[in-house]
Amino acid sequence: MIELDNRFDLSTEFQAMAEQVLAAAKAKGATAAELDIDKSMGLSVEVRMGQVEKLQYHRDQGINLAVYFGHRKGYASTGDFSPQALADTLEAACRIARYTSEDDFNGLADAERMATEFPKLDLYHPWELNADMAIDMALQTEAVAREHDARITNSEGAGVDSYAGMSLYANSHGFMGVSHSTRHSLSCSVVAQDGDSMQRDYWYSVSRVPGLLESADSVGAEAAQRTVRRLNARSLSTREAPVLFVPQMARGLVGQLVSAISGGSQYRKASFLLNSIGQQAFPDFVQLREDPLIRQALGSRSYDAEGVATQARDIVKDGIIQGYFLGSYSARKLGMQSTGSASGATNLLLADTGVSFPDLLAQMGTGLMVTELIGSGVNGITGDYSRGAVGYWVENGMIVHPVEEVTIAGNLKAMFKGIVAIGDDVDARGSIRTGSILIDKMTIAGQ
Amino acid sequence: MKQAYDFAREAFFAPTGLSEAHLEQVFSQLLTKDTTLADLYFQSARHESWGLEEGIIKSGSYSIEQGVGVRSVCGEQTGFAYSGEITLPALLESAKAARAISRAGQSGAVNAWTVRTPQRPLYGIDDPLNSLSEDDKISFLRQIDSIARATSPYVRQVMASMVAVHEIILVVDETGRMTADVRPLVRANVSVIVERNGQTESATAGGGGRFNLDYFVSGNKAQEYAEEAVRKALINLDAEAAPAGNMTVVLGNGWPGVLLHEAIGHGLEGDFNRKGTSAFAGRIGEQVAAKGITVVDDGTLEQRRGSLSVDDEGTQTQCTTLIEDGILKGYLFDRQNAALMGTQSTGNGRRQSYANLPMPRMTNTYMRAGDYDPAEIIASVEKGIYAVNFSGGQVDITSGKFVFSASEAYQIENGKIGKPLKNATLIGNGPDVLTRVSMIGNDLQLDTGIGVCGKDGQSVPVGVGQPTLRVDGLTVGGTATA
Repeated sequence: MIELDNRFDLSTEFQAMAEQVLAAAKAKGATAAELDIDKSMGLSVEVRMGQVEKLQYHRDQGINLAVYFGHRKGYASTGDFSPQALADTLEAACRIARYTSEDDFNGLADAERMATEFPKLDLYHPWELNADMAIDMALQTEAVAREHDARITNSEGAGVDSYAGMSLYANSHGFMGVSHSTRHSLSCSVVAQDGDSMQRDYWYSVSRVPGLLESADSVGAEAAQRTVRRLNARSLSTREAPVLFVPQMARGLVGQLVSAISGGSQYRKASFLLNSIGQQAFPDFVQLREDPLIRQALGSRSYDAEGVATQARDIVKDGIIQGYFLGSYSARKLGMQSTGSASGATNLLLADTGVSFPDLLAQMGTGLMVTELIGSGVNGITGDYSRGAVGYWVENGMIVHPVEEVTIAGNLKAMFKGIVAIGDDVDARGSIRTGSILIDKMTIAGQ
Repeated sequence: MKQAYDFAREAFFAPTGLSEAHLEQVFSQLLTKDTTLADLYFQSARHESWGLEEGIIKSGSYSIEQGVGVRSVCGEQTGFAYSGEITLPALLESAKAARAISRAGQSGAVNAWTVRTPQRPLYGIDDPLNSLSEDDKISFLRQIDSIARATSPYVRQVMASMVAVHEIILVVDETGRMTADVRPLVRANVSVIVERNGQTESATAGGGGRFNLDYFVSGNKAQEYAEEAVRKALINLDAEAAPAGNMTVVLGNGWPGVLLHEAIGHGLEGDFNRKGTSAFAGRIGEQVAAKGITVVDDGTLEQRRGSLSVDDEGTQTQCTTLIEDGILKGYLFDRQNAALMGTQSTGNGRRQSYANLPMPRMTNTYMRAGDYDPAEIIASVEKGIYAVNFSGGQVDITSGKFVFSASEAYQIENGKIGKPLKNATLIGNGPDVLTRVSMIGNDLQLDTGIGVCGKDGQSVPVGVGQPTLRVDGLTVGGTATA
């Protein structure tokens, strides 16, 4: 049996490589250059119906290189780190730059915005996991799920994944940053059957720290409960009603906000929240903070993909939008400053309004609780929103029956303004942390 | 003339010093007496892309992706490891890791090597990256920009892109077969944003396939795509909120075939059916569609985006009948799932890259033509919607529920096409939807070469197609309550 060797530190070797490539770019006449070097390894196992199904070892590496000749930019990448491949990649980037246009907004991020402090974010916790241990854990998870209820008749399996990676970013300002991180997860998906109704659902746990994963028993039991309660779902007649997005779905609504107030959507004028800084886009109780420096969090980083320091800030305060997500290019286009968001948002925390989940159901009274969304019907330019939904019909604050084959539709502008309450049932598994979100009304289309 | 295998030797063996003797060593590491299937998948892919935005060539990139994936299968169990380095030590290490799936100690061996070149190549072996000069690539993008802007004063943003990929693969399997393929893939896309009186809309158009970039230039595709994107965006400016509820839907020909891909195709992939997790599992021989409906998955169409001379396991692709005259006929298989179900691979074993395992995936999925004139189909509908273009779809294969989103749709009233509608999402039940098809057009068309299919985190290029169809009763999710 092969053990996963995920304790590695190649920073010295990679720093030397980065310096050489930057020097070679300069020698080719580039006025500026930047690169990232990434290397990762991982182990994943999947079991199904009590048997090992897949055992996979991952090892990935890559270099992404951008060169600037004045305001012209060329980009190339390679997974081969041999000196010849690096030279060819640089050559390709320079060739590309001969054909791209002068663009005044192009270039490295401003030198004075480079991160100078590197707080310990505690993101690297390798798991001394071998294949046998991973298999046992996955088997236990699936066994718990399958034994949970007689209606669980089949399984899509359970899996354990462990990933460890290092990433270096350097540019010709002289900035160089190295970060190490790990990510581990345990997941399970089972199928339940009752007459003609067949449903699957899943649950997972993810953490940078192996010891903080939920137990196999708890992931298995949760997956089973979620699956069984979906059985015998039915459609609804077409109507307008309040909609409650559980935290896993509420996260998507925050994601829609992020893309609407990202630099690219703003400078392209392709956003339903155009020029929205200072605008009241939400009820005044809505508060959203970005905090890049939370220890062990999945979205934490002290600098972005351009070396710019990240910082904690308000995104929405008292319902009013406070800032965008900007890298240096979009910041220059908008005449603003980079917000250290060249890699996207870091950790986002939506404040709850002090209600528990049962109280949210009671507050909704009669409406649809949405647990899964399918399809891509979100138009980021107009805010029009129309997606397939799965969930539960709620009457007088009580769940009445599972629902499927309906769509929910509205416009994100109105949906944001129509937020009635945010639950304290926060799901902390992703970089967007939110509780359930209750929206006053949407159109539900069904049979 | 150089064959695919010559390209593969040049790409994978010449620079690395690998030989058949080395492959024997690797297989003796990889095979045990439990092994039911094992392969090495060598891949080298070069990508180049160019992007225009705001009237300038804003981005260009070039990348090389190269490596080898090593797989060992024992019945339902798979061991897999890969390496970005193509060297003997890396191959031996990957083989050792992949064989860990087997409990058996004894090693196996490959008896004899046979080199196979696709018998029926569906595309050329030339490198599409070199098929146009850089100046010509750029001038194509600039042409799109100027045509789009000249088409309407309301055009505010034009984004155009051109991508070319040249890929060489070599599959070496436990039977000693060495199968090579050289695959071109090109794509051009136009997105426009239009604005009128403060109202903004967008649309995209484009196409591609397994051919050279000069397809775009000689076919005057700059004009076709630019005008199409602007046309669609302007229609959306005039569009009204779609109605909500259950109604008759006429689906246009071509790209709306995404319905078949989502509602039927995924549910007929062999892995889900072997495991019994698809709503279609165990239903071969049953009537799952109205009479007259025949649906195929055809990997053998020349130069199509979803086509492959051989799949990613070295199996020759074929035209597989999924539904014939309404009766469910077959599933789509890769080697592993076929063996476990006692049948043969249908040439649908596909993978995103050497770093991913193959799975049963669709190629080009379409419905054969019927007899009705499309105009007659529209005329037959008293009240409903006509959905012509879609932005994408998704399916839950276990419950069978699927969703897809219309990007161009119209009202139908009293047999006539009326006002454009926006924000229409269609939702239905896969095993049920084709039983509601009441009219099949005589205008079968395939899409323009834009499809990407996602499954289990892996993306592969696919094609779809269908004639105009009338479906009696689909749920339309709009905001306007009818």
